[in-house]
Amino acid sequence: MVRTEDPRLLTVGGTYVDDLREPALEQAARVTFVRSPIAHALITGIDVSAAREAPGVVAVLTAADLDDLPPPPPDSGLTGTEGLPFPLGGAWSEPLFAVDRVRFVGEPVAMVITDDRYQGEDAAELVSVDYEQLPAVVGVAGALAGESLLFPSAGSNVAVATGTPADSAAFEACDVVVEHVITNQRLAPVPLEGRAAAAQWADGKLTLWVSTQNAQIARFILVGALGLDPANIRVVAPDVGGGFGAKIGVDRDGLLVAWAAKHIGRALRWAETRSENMLAMTHGRAQRQVVKIGGTREGRILAYRLDLVQDTGAYSRMGGFLPFLTCLMAAGPYDIGHVETAYQVVVTNATPISAYRGAGRPEATAAIERAVDLFAAEIGVDAAEVRRINLVPADKFPYTSGSGATYDTGEYVAGLDKVLAGAGYPELRAEQARRRERGDVLQLGIGVASYVEITAADADGGETARLIVHDDGTATVYTGSSAHGQGHHTAWAMLVQAELGIDMSKVTVIHGDTDLIPMGVGTYASRSLQLGGVAVHKAAVEVKEQGRKVAAEMLEASEADLELDVDRGVWQVRGDPATSTSWAQVAAHAGDAGLAADVNYTEGKPTFPFGTHLAVTEVDTETGKARLIRHVTVDDAGTVLSPVLAEGQRHGGIAQGVAQALLEEMVYDAEGNPVTGTLVDYAIITATELPSFELLASETPATINPLGAKGIGEAGTIGATPATQNSVIDAVSHLGIRHIDMPLTPARVWAAISEARESR
Amino acid sequence: MKVTVTVNGGEVAAEVADRTLLVHLLRDVAGLTATNVGCDTSSCGACTVLLDGRSVKSCTLLAAQADGRQVTTVEGLSDGSGDLHPVQQAFRAEHGLQCGFCTPGMVMASVSLLAENPSPTEDDVRSALEGNLCRCTGYHNIVRAVLAAASERQPS
Repeated sequence: MVRTEDPRLLTVGGTYVDDLREPALEQAARVTFVRSPIAHALITGIDVSAAREAPGVVAVLTAADLDDLPPPPPDSGLTGTEGLPFPLGGAWSEPLFAVDRVRFVGEPVAMVITDDRYQGEDAAELVSVDYEQLPAVVGVAGALAGESLLFPSAGSNVAVATGTPADSAAFEACDVVVEHVITNQRLAPVPLEGRAAAAQWADGKLTLWVSTQNAQIARFILVGALGLDPANIRVVAPDVGGGFGAKIGVDRDGLLVAWAAKHIGRALRWAETRSENMLAMTHGRAQRQVVKIGGTREGRILAYRLDLVQDTGAYSRMGGFLPFLTCLMAAGPYDIGHVETAYQVVVTNATPISAYRGAGRPEATAAIERAVDLFAAEIGVDAAEVRRINLVPADKFPYTSGSGATYDTGEYVAGLDKVLAGAGYPELRAEQARRRERGDVLQLGIGVASYVEITAADADGGETARLIVHDDGTATVYTGSSAHGQGHHTAWAMLVQAELGIDMSKVTVIHGDTDLIPMGVGTYASRSLQLGGVAVHKAAVEVKEQGRKVAAEMLEASEADLELDVDRGVWQVRGDPATSTSWAQVAAHAGDAGLAADVNYTEGKPTFPFGTHLAVTEVDTETGKARLIRHVTVDDAGTVLSPVLAEGQRHGGIAQGVAQALLEEMVYDAEGNPVTGTLVDYAIITATELPSFELLASETPATINPLGAKGIGEAGTIGATPATQNSVIDAVSHLGIRHIDMPLTPARVWAAISEARESR
Repeated sequence: MKVTVTVNGGEVAAEVADRTLLVHLLRDVAGLTATNVGCDTSSCGACTVLLDGRSVKSCTLLAAQADGRQVTTVEGLSDGSGDLHPVQQAFRAEHGLQCGFCTPGMVMASVSLLAENPSPTEDDVRSALEGNLCRCTGYHNIVRAVLAAASERQPS
C-alpha cells in the first residue's frame, strides 16, 4: 500500500498556509505579533507611534482597537468541575489581545501589519509597552501558595477542584502501601509547521485559511468571537504540517488575524516563528501527581489513589477536561477493587495547557505504571508478573474500572505475554543479571508498561461523510474528519474501494473547507477511523444499495439476483458475469437523482484500545546517560484497516513518548521566564536517539462499530513514556533507586546514582 | 542587492534586501514553496537544499551567499519525466512521510548522504539525519526508506 497523498508531498511539497498563492492573498500584508516578554505584569501604557512610522507599516493594533466585537458571552457559571472542555468564563476569561495585564511570556499584546515579513520584525521592536512587573506564579507549588493571583477577582489560583474523599480503611487492609509524588512535566507539542493563518474579508464574507485539525470547529469559534453569521465565514484547512492536539479549532492568535483582516479591510498572512511557537502555542501534560498504591505481598493490588494538580498555565482553556480524563483512566488496565481520584486545576504564569497527543491519558498511564513498579519493587515481585496478576482478565469484558470507565473489549494478558515473548524477557533479565554481577558501567534496564486508553471520548459528537459516485466512474468523498499526516485520503479511498469496488485511484477525498463541508468535527482523540471512517463506510453501503436498485432496472433483473463484483467494480446478475454494468453506467442511468449519500454517524460510546510496551535501555552509570536500545509493543486498536498507516501512527507516538521520558521539558525560571524557548534548548528527539521499533500485531475488534475499529493515534505516547521511564529506573534499581522524575536526562540519572551511592 | 542563483537548472535573478535569507529567495522570489521553514535556530532541517551538490540549511544562508551558485530543491530532484527520484520513490514505498512538512528537507538531506556514502549502515543514516527533525514518523520509516534507496542504487 502506498499513500495517494505522497507524490505531491514528495515532488512539489504540500500546500501549507504559508505556501498559499491564492489570488485573494496576492496583496496580503504580513502580521507580526508583539508578545509579552514578562510572565506577570500590569500593562500601564502602550505607545505604537514609532512603529506606525516605520517603513512598510500598514497598521499597528492593540486591545484598544477591539471596538467592533460582540460583547463576551455571559458567565455561564460553570466552574469546570463538570469536566467540560470549555474555557472558563467570568473572572477567569481570556482576552484576545492582553488588555491591562499579561499572564505569560508570549501573550499577544499588539499586532504589527506590514507589507513584507522583514519590515514586521523591525516595526514590532518599536512598539513600546510599559509593564509594571508582578510576582510570577510558577508551577503548581507557586499556584497553590496563592501569594500572587493571576485573576484577583477570582480570589484564588485554583480554578477547579473535585474528587472522591480519601478512604483510609481500604489502604489499611493492605499488606503493603507505597506512596510517591510524580511529576508529569510540561511539554511543547512542536508540530514541524507552527501556527499559521491567512484571512480575507470581501463582500461581507470572511475567509480564514488556518493550520487546524478542525475547520468546522474553527468556524464555530469564529462565530462566537467575531459575532458573524456562520454563512458569512469560510474556513479552509489546507495541508497541515502536524497538529498533535495543539491545532484543535483556532486560538486567540488566529482569531486576531481573522479579526484584523476584517478590521482593516486587507488580506493578511501570518506564520509564526518557532520561537513564538514554543511560547504561544499551547503546551501539554504539566501535572503533579501523588500516587498511593496498596496490596498483598503476593502482588494483588487492592487499592489505588491518584491525587493530581493540573497546571493549566495562564488561562484555563480546557477547564477540568484533561485531569478529568486522567482520573477516568486512573485505574489503567487493572482490576482494582478500590480506586480514588481527585484533581485541582491551577493557573500559573506560563503558556496555557491544552491537548497534546494523548491529552490526559498518558498522564494516567504514567502514574499507574510508575505506581505498579513502585509496588512491585516494594514486595520484591517481578514487575511484569505483578501486571499479569492484576490485568483485567479476558472473561470480564465489558468491564467497569474502579475509576469508572467501561472498557469494551480486551485481551490484556495476551498482549502482555506477546510482548514478553517477543522481547525475550527471560533472556533480557538474565543479561541484566550478568551485567550487575560484573558491575558493568553500562547497565541494562527493562521497563514494562501496560495500558488501556479511551479513544473517541466524544463519540456522540459523531462525524460526517458525503459520498458521490459520478458518471465517469469516479467518486468523491467529502469528510468532516481532517487529515494532518494520518493518511485519511488514502484510508477513506480504501474504504470506498472495499465496499464498492471503485479503484482507490478514482476516489477523490476532500476535507477541511466549510463551504463544501459545513458540518463536521475533525481530528483529535484518535477518533477519525472509528467515526469519520465509519461514516464513509456507511455512505458507501448506502450508495451500494442505491446502485443495486438502478442496476437492477438496467439489467432487468430483480435486486436480489444482483451482485457487485468488487474486484472489477461492476454489477452483474449473480453467476452471469456477461450481464455486467459499470459504476459509470449506473451513475449515468441514475441521472439527476444520482448516486449520493450523506451520513452523520454518531456512536453512543467510546472505545478502549490497549497494549503493552517494553523498553530496553542501557544506562551509563558513570555519566547517567540513558539510551533506548529496543522498544517492543503490542498496540491493539481493534480491526486494522491499513497496517502501514496504523504502524506509522505507532512509530510517531512511540518517539514522542520516549522523548518525554528521556529528553523533553518546558522549563521556566523563578520569574516565569521560559528557558527552553527554542529548538536549541528544547530537546526534540532525533533519529540518533532512537532505535528501530519492534511492533507486534494484535487485533481485538471493537464491537460497537461495523469496522471493528478503535483509535491508534495516541497509543505511542501512552505506552512508550512509562515503559521508557520504568526501564531507566530499572537499570539502576539495584542501587536502591525507586523513582526518578522525567525527563530522565543524564544530569538527573547521574544525580540519582550519586545520591544512592552516597547513602549506602 | 542583485543576486543571480541557478535554481533547479534555471536562472533566478532578483533585486533583494541584503538580509534576505536563501529560503525566502526560494519561496518568495522563485516561488518554490516545497522548501519549508520549521524553526529559527538551524535546528530542524526542513529548509535543507543542495548548494553546489551539498546539503545546506537554506534558512541559515543569505541569498547573497548563493550568488552565482547552483541550488537544487526537492522540486528539481526528479528529471521531469514524471518518475520519482529513487529517494522520493523509497520514501513513498516505505511510508517515510506523514504530514509532509519535514519531507522536502529530509529527502534532500538523504540525497546528500547517499552522494557521500552510497551504502550507509542504519547508524550512518541516523547520524546523517540528526539535523533533520520529524515529529510524525519517529524516523523508523525514514531510515528504512534511505536504506532501501541505497540498496536500490547498489544492486548487490
